[in-house]
Amino acid sequence: MTYIPHSPKERDEMLKTVGVEKMSDLFDAIPEAHRYPDLDLPDALTEMEAAAELSELAQANETTKGLVSFLGAGVYNHYIPAAINHILLRGEFYTAYTPYQPEISQGTLQAIFEYQSLIANLTGMDVANASHYDGATAVAEAVNMAVAQFRGKRKKVVMSTGVHPQYRATTDTYTQFADVEFVSEEASRNTSEALIPLIDKNTALVLVQYPDFFGRICDYTKLGEAAHEAGALFCVVANPTALGMLKTPGEMGADMVVGEGQPLGISMSYGGPYLGFFTTRNKFVRKMAGRLVGESVDARGQRAFVLTLTPREQHIKRERATSNICSNQGLLALAAGVYMSLLGQTGMKHVAELCYHKAHYAAEKIAEIPGFSLTFDAKFFHEFVVTCPKPVAEINAHLLEHGILGGYDLGQDYPEMTDQMLVAVTEMNSKEEIDALVAVLSEVNHD
Amino acid sequence: MTEFKLDAAPKTVEPTIYELSSPGRIGVDFPAPDVPRTNLPDSLLRAELPLPELSEVDVIRHFVKLSTFNYSVDSGYYPLGSCTMKYNPKINEDTARLSGFANIHPMQPIETTQGALLLMYQLQEWLKEISGFDALTLQPAAGAHGEFVGVLMMRSYQEDRGETKRNKMLIPDSAHGTNPATSAMSGLKVVQIPSDERGNVDLDALRAEADDTLVGMMLTNPNTLGLFDENVEEICKIVHDAGGLMYGDGANMNAMLGITKMADLGFDVMHYNLHKTFSTPHGGGGPGSGPVGVTAELAPFLPAPIVDIVEEEADGIPPLYGFVDPSKTIGRVKAFHGHFGMFVRAFTYIAMHGPDGLRDISEHAVLNANYILARLRDTYHVPYDRICMHEFVAEGRWKDAPDVHALDIAKRLMDYGFHPPTNYFPLIVHEALMIEPTETENKDTLDSFIDAMISIAKEAHDEPDLLHDAPHPENTPFGRLDEVKAAKDLILCCWLPEDYENQ
Amino acid sequence: MNIPSNLKYTKSDEWVDLESGKIGLTDYAQDQLSDIVFVEALVDADDDIDVGDGISEVESVKASAEVYAPVGGKVVATNEDLADTPEIINSDPYGAGWLVQIEVSSQSDELMDAAAYEKYCADRD
Repeated sequence: MTYIPHSPKERDEMLKTVGVEKMSDLFDAIPEAHRYPDLDLPDALTEMEAAAELSELAQANETTKGLVSFLGAGVYNHYIPAAINHILLRGEFYTAYTPYQPEISQGTLQAIFEYQSLIANLTGMDVANASHYDGATAVAEAVNMAVAQFRGKRKKVVMSTGVHPQYRATTDTYTQFADVEFVSEEASRNTSEALIPLIDKNTALVLVQYPDFFGRICDYTKLGEAAHEAGALFCVVANPTALGMLKTPGEMGADMVVGEGQPLGISMSYGGPYLGFFTTRNKFVRKMAGRLVGESVDARGQRAFVLTLTPREQHIKRERATSNICSNQGLLALAAGVYMSLLGQTGMKHVAELCYHKAHYAAEKIAEIPGFSLTFDAKFFHEFVVTCPKPVAEINAHLLEHGILGGYDLGQDYPEMTDQMLVAVTEMNSKEEIDALVAVLSEVNHD
Repeated sequence: MTEFKLDAAPKTVEPTIYELSSPGRIGVDFPAPDVPRTNLPDSLLRAELPLPELSEVDVIRHFVKLSTFNYSVDSGYYPLGSCTMKYNPKINEDTARLSGFANIHPMQPIETTQGALLLMYQLQEWLKEISGFDALTLQPAAGAHGEFVGVLMMRSYQEDRGETKRNKMLIPDSAHGTNPATSAMSGLKVVQIPSDERGNVDLDALRAEADDTLVGMMLTNPNTLGLFDENVEEICKIVHDAGGLMYGDGANMNAMLGITKMADLGFDVMHYNLHKTFSTPHGGGGPGSGPVGVTAELAPFLPAPIVDIVEEEADGIPPLYGFVDPSKTIGRVKAFHGHFGMFVRAFTYIAMHGPDGLRDISEHAVLNANYILARLRDTYHVPYDRICMHEFVAEGRWKDAPDVHALDIAKRLMDYGFHPPTNYFPLIVHEALMIEPTETENKDTLDSFIDAMISIAKEAHDEPDLLHDAPHPENTPFGRLDEVKAAKDLILCCWLPEDYENQ
Repeated sequence: MNIPSNLKYTKSDEWVDLESGKIGLTDYAQDQLSDIVFVEALVDADDDIDVGDGISEVESVKASAEVYAPVGGKVVATNEDLADTPEIINSDPYGAGWLVQIEVSSQSDELMDAAAYEKYCADRD
């Protein structure tokens, strides 16, 4: 076998040292009736054959390189600078374990410390952890953290319907056996105004998204104040690209800012692996689940970094831990760190503005097509909702015939929105592509 | 205890990305807009964006420098118990990065992603076959996430059949901390079951707790001592007779491929760790991937959605793969479909091994562990000493070297160029050193490691300060860390130089 | 090891002064935990608590411990000095390092006196 380096002679010497005759003697503890079962799997491929088979499977997919994509809904087609992949492919990073031995893991530790710093600065918060699995689980952990903060004395979470439907579904799964009640406003209304009356003394957390799932942006400062007046915590789910230009949730008074880090230089990869970022205020840092890297010194007087506050975690606290998380998305945190370092303040702002201008151009042009209109008149960032003259599925099938991946069909999650399409535009979409989208949509009414 | 005396400001070995920043630099440029500009929303703009400014070469040099501070599987032997630090084949990285996999959006119409869906479907089938389960979800993001899914399903199953007073989970004292944490997260009461003198679950203690309040039991097998529980079928029977379900923690599946099927032994649920058993890289702490297999009884409770055939093959047209929601699903546990990039790697790995190759993996992983055990048992006390599976646990202490601890041995191993074994786990062994060689290490490497361990044992008695002061500057770029300072100072973030005064 | 004779002790290493109602961690416990860096009270003044309820969470660099009430009653006060100087539990576990004060109305029937606790600790080492 390619990855098993033993020669037959070495294997026999080792068996002898162990004191057994043959391999199967090592497995006497396994019930005989169930030992060495047949495995109905295809025979082994060589590397050359495997490469060909995987290549064939890959080619059976239509990609955003071949198609023109206006699909977003939480995952965005952004440009990924070449340097990122070259760093990720360094075996010193990707084949290392969790940095539990700081003397020989300073590469990972300092990279995570820098990631924490970049995320905290981007969101306008004090401190970020080393990451969660994805945006959805980061939201669920934020709910857990708020409930734990009040030690179960507050049982209500006010969660906007403008939060990603899959994040809400994930949170429901996480909390199904907890004594927590979720309340939401009706969709399609002014989020802040609609949510404030729902907040009371039993509210542990108020949670909104920015831009929300429909792409809308508004200032949540008043909402945050209302939450704090009632003694509740305030959490904002943010898109990191938007924070390249928009006022931070930190400035709006958020106690936690969480979200999906995929737009920060991570490939779409059919849904993962991505990165859930999680930030909070200093005073809540011990309530935050997940790994944290802190600065310290080593025995040689050098500045060095180390995993800290580990007693909060499951391997020490066991059944008293508020979360069972033990990994982070280490390699993807590295990718996000390299992305933000390469772009810097100029690049992050530039990408955000490109998305903004292109999305507004697209929205303006689509709204001019007879039968199409913008559903909301709210400000938006790089995604917007279009009311269509026909069911979205029908329109998308037509777009696909022209090599265009249409927007997200909101009817899948919001039953009253069957004719509403969520269109995403990023720096990757040229004017030509947007014009092509508009041209094909214009044909829809003539079919 | 290591003394940390600071006479001067700490020395900076590599500046942070913020310290390297110089205003006006940029690492990657973007084109000007090719559409008319729209007015920006003035009231909603941020005043400052405190990110560093560097050129591409600055960024590359910085991260390459950092990478040289890391120990990794590519650079050396990593006998880290319970972590299965096997070699990660390079082909995996290439297949996962194929454009047809890397550049597809999770919400594309299924007609445009049949290659990805077929791969997921096939991987589900393979993982079912390897463990003997009837159904499987790929969605969980890591082993701990898979545990959470499994325990939620067990609880939902019990509630669905009207057993609402069941609220107790049994967990052996040797278990990993995620097991009790997961149970508590799912609202269950945790009862710890002791181990007997052979390292098996104590059957009398188990029987005493197996009552009608039982949701089930979480058992890692082989357990964290690296031992296959000799009574596993009896354990499953006791739990089943009490109306409970058996959860198998698949952390140690690297010993079991083609050796036995967990479902055949009586387990009802089990999670895999693709990042351990199926060679997807650990990435310095993640991403992991934790698929969960279940019996037919539990299949309706799987997280939504799972991949299935949605239109059967007909008239020469291949089947259409898509997503379906199980009828009594616990719901989704993350956005989208799981860590797809890890599926591609694991698929590549399994395809390249086949049934015989998988069995070879486990046989050689177990052989390697027993070889080290055989050569070290006269030097290090092994409290539960019998044929081990893919790992074993020794004590890092000697009565006649009272000042030496497992931690010192671990740190001294770095001087010899090895990554230390897991220490201080499992909790039931004093000064534990948990050694897992994996199948990808050759005899020469194992022999050098064994020689180093024997040599360190001698040093522990003759020159204990060699251990206390380890690792030494000539061998590692950094020394032991002041963890008390880190926990007290709590410096968790850095800023641009001009922003420090605002903090 | 310091085990004052006027206090009562539990198997989970809490002490209680039945006269003042103050509860804390023993010298043995603080030594096992080593450098304590964080303390959080899990109860507030005026809460009614039962024997065995969790009343504080104590974290050191390496470990975390929940402190359980050896007595029941109404909470009079929690030690607010611990927020900024948790290390006083290490330096003065029976004095300034007290955790919670309770108006005692019930007590665990497993409380030990100093001699019994000393023997209990010795047996564990």
